[in-house]
Amino acid sequence: MTGAVKRGAVLSTSGITMIFGGLTALSDVDFEVGRGSITALIGPNGAGKTTFFNCLTGIYRPSRGTMTFSPEEGREIQLRKLAPDRITYLGIARTFQNIRLFNNLTVLENVLIACHSRMRAGILGALLRDGKTVAEEKAMAEFSYRLLDRYGLAASANHLAKNLPYGAQRRLEIVRALATRPRLLLLDEPAAGLNIAETRELDELIRYIRDEEDLSVLLIEHDMSLVMSVSDRVFVLDYGVLIASGPPDEIRRDPKVVKAYLGED
Amino acid sequence: MTTVQTETAPPPASGSGGPSSGGPGGGVPESPGPDPAGAPEGRGGAAGHLARALAEFRAALLSAAWFSVLALPLVCFRVNAVSGGIDYLWARLPRLAALAFCATLAWRFLLRRLGFSRVRSAVAETAGPPPEGARGPGGSWLTLLDRAPAKRLLLAGAALLLLSVPFWTTPYVVTILITALIYITLGLGLNIVVGVAGLLNLGYAAFFAVGAYTFALLNQNFGMGFWICLPLGALSATLLGLLLGLPILRLSGDYLAIVTLGFAEIIRLVLVNVGFTNGPRGIRNIQPPTLFGADLNGAVKPLLVGHGLVHKDMDLNKVLVYFIILAIVALTVVCVYRLENSRLGRAWLALREDEVACQAMGINRVRTKLAAFALGSTWAGLAGVVFAAQISFINPQSFTFMLSVMVLSIVVLGGMGSIPGVMIGAAVLILLPEYLREYSDYRMLIFGLIMVLMMVFRPQGIIPSTRRVYIYRPEEHGDGGARPSTRNPDALDAGPGGAGQDGQAPAGVPGTAGGPPSPRGAR
Repeated sequence: MTGAVKRGAVLSTSGITMIFGGLTALSDVDFEVGRGSITALIGPNGAGKTTFFNCLTGIYRPSRGTMTFSPEEGREIQLRKLAPDRITYLGIARTFQNIRLFNNLTVLENVLIACHSRMRAGILGALLRDGKTVAEEKAMAEFSYRLLDRYGLAASANHLAKNLPYGAQRRLEIVRALATRPRLLLLDEPAAGLNIAETRELDELIRYIRDEEDLSVLLIEHDMSLVMSVSDRVFVLDYGVLIASGPPDEIRRDPKVVKAYLGED
Repeated sequence: MTTVQTETAPPPASGSGGPSSGGPGGGVPESPGPDPAGAPEGRGGAAGHLARALAEFRAALLSAAWFSVLALPLVCFRVNAVSGGIDYLWARLPRLAALAFCATLAWRFLLRRLGFSRVRSAVAETAGPPPEGARGPGGSWLTLLDRAPAKRLLLAGAALLLLSVPFWTTPYVVTILITALIYITLGLGLNIVVGVAGLLNLGYAAFFAVGAYTFALLNQNFGMGFWICLPLGALSATLLGLLLGLPILRLSGDYLAIVTLGFAEIIRLVLVNVGFTNGPRGIRNIQPPTLFGADLNGAVKPLLVGHGLVHKDMDLNKVLVYFIILAIVALTVVCVYRLENSRLGRAWLALREDEVACQAMGINRVRTKLAAFALGSTWAGLAGVVFAAQISFINPQSFTFMLSVMVLSIVVLGGMGSIPGVMIGAAVLILLPEYLREYSDYRMLIFGLIMVLMMVFRPQGIIPSTRRVYIYRPEEHGDGGARPSTRNPDALDAGPGGAGQDGQAPAGVPGTAGGPPSPRGAR
C-alpha cells in the first residue's frame, strides 16, 4: 500500500479521493512536493485546494488514497490515519486561509503554544515547577522571542494578536507555524488581503524561510504573480481533478489551465 | 547568553522605565484612537484647568447619580417586619448621593496625582498587556493594584486579616466565611474548565456532590476521618471528571453545556434514589475534622476563651475547618496560577481560542480537554469534602442546578480566567447576601439586576484576566553585547524581516516596530 516516494520528495500522495456525501471534492489526486522546493497548488474557487490541505493535515480523512511524508531522506510515514496534532509533531505545519490566530493571547504566547509538541512538561511539572520545567519554559520563551525577532515581530511580542495589523497577523501565523519546527510548511492563501507591497515582501519571506529554515513549502494561492515568481513547480486543480503540473512557465501557457480559469470561447 | 524573563502583566508603573520610555508618545500603541485625556493635559493655562475641573465635576456628578440609582433599593427600602410593609427612607438618598459624589471626586483626584490620567481607560487595553514602555497614561484603577509594592502589601494585609478572623469575630462570621471560601475554591476550579479551557460546564455541582458524599459515606460506613477522605474525595471527583470527559470529548460549545447539565441531574437523582446514600433524607452526623486527635472544644477552648482569644460561643471545630479551607484556597491559587502559566495551561487557552488551530499546533485535543475536566473536578471534590465537614449533614438538596449556576456566575461576574476576579466574584455573591439579610426579599431581584448590568457594562468581569508579559533582558556577554535588541544584522539584510518592519508596524505608532524590545533591558 505504501505510495512510492520518489527520490527527493518530501511529500507524495497517490489516488487521494475525498467524498462528502454525494460530492466528490477530490478525485485521484497524485501529488508531490520536492524536498527543499516551493510548490504551488492553484485552481479556481471550489476546486478542492483547501480540502486537499485538510486531508494532508488530518482534519479530514480521505476516502481513498495514500499520503506519504518523508521528513528526512530514507524515512517514510503514512499520514492517512494520523490525528492533526500527530501530523504537526511529525513535521507538517500549516497556516489557514482565514487567519486563525489565538486572538486574545499575546503574540509571544501564540508562538509559545506552537512549541507545545517540542516540550515535555506535564501536569506535575507545571504544579511543582521543578528545575527541568523552569529551564524548558525559559528556553522555549527565548526560542519564541528570537523567532519573532528574526521575522520582525519582536516589538509586538506582548501585544494581543488581535491588535496586530492585518499584514502582521498573516506574518505571525507563518511564524507560529515555523515554531512547530516543520519540515514541510503549508501556506493556505498567504497573500489573501495583502496589498502589492506586502505581497512582494511575502514573496521574499517565503524564499527566505525555505533557505534559512531548510524546509519545503507548499502554498495555495490565487495571486498569480506571486505563484509564478516564487514557485518551482505548480499543480493545477479543477473540480477536484489535477489537470496540469509543471514549472510556472509551462503552466502559464497550458490551454487546459487557461480554460479552467477563463472559461472557453 | 540571553534570557527572557517573565512577569505578570502589567509591569509596575514606577521605576526607572517611567520617564525614559513611558512618555506620552510611547503610550498605548493599541489604543484605537488618540488618548482623549491627553489633550487637555497639554493645553495648560487657566482655561485648561477650568475645563479639566469641569470635566471632573461632571464625571463625579454622573457617577454619583448612577450609584444612587443602583443603591436605591438597598438603601431606601426597608422591610418592616412589624407592620409587614415597606418603609421608604427617602431622606437617606441625598446623603448617599453627596457621599458618592465626594468619594468619586477624591478618587479621581488621587488617580490624577498618581499619574493615571485616564480613569476610564478602555478595558480592552487593560486586559491586553500594556506594550513595553507604555507605563505613563493609560492605566485604569486596576493598574494601581498591580504596582508590585502595593500588591505585596495588599496581599500581606489580606492574609493577616484572614488568619486573624476567628480571634476577633463571632461564630456567625466564621461560618459565612467558610461558605465564601468554599465557593472561592469551587470558582477557581470551575475557572480552569470554563475560564481557561473554554468548556462550558453546567454540571459542576455534581463533582462537588461526589466529594461531599465520598467523605460522608466513608465516614458513616467505615469511620474514616476527614484527613484521609480529603484526598479520596478529590480523587473520586477527578475520576468522575475523567469518566464524564471521555464520552463528551467530541462535543463543544452548547452541546457540551447540555450534556454536563444532564449529567449533574443524573448524579443528583442517583443520590436521591439509591439506597446507600439514604435518599433525600441525606447523611447526618458527619464527623468534623480533628487536629492530631485533640479534643478542641473540650480541652483547648476553655484555655483560649479564658485568655479572651476567641468568642465564648465559638466552635473550635469550625475554626479548624476555617483554617483548612483557607489553606486549600491558598494552595488552589498557587496551583491554578502555575497551571495557567505552563505548557498545559497554554494548551487550554489555545483550545478556548480556536480548536482547529489548537490541533494544528500539535496539541492533543482529547488529552487537553480531559485534563481540564478532571483537574477542574478535583477542586470541586476537595470543596465538597470540606463542605460536608462544615455542616455535618448533607442531602441531595444541597447540590442542585442552582449551585452550578451560582459558581458559574461567580466565574463570569469575577472575570473569566482571572484568579483575583473569581475570588472577588465569590466574595460579592456569597458575602453580600449574608450581610444584606434584611433585604433578603429582594435578593434574587438584585442578583439579576447586578448580572444584567455587569454583562451590559463590563462583560469581561470585575477584574478581567491579564496576559503575562515577557520581558526580554539580554545579558552582557553573548550576541556581541547587543544592547536592547539582539537582532542579527545579517538576518536583517538577508531576510525580508527587515524589509517588512515598516510595513507591519501598527500605523502611526512610534517605537513599536524596530524599537528596542524592552526598555528595561537597556538598563
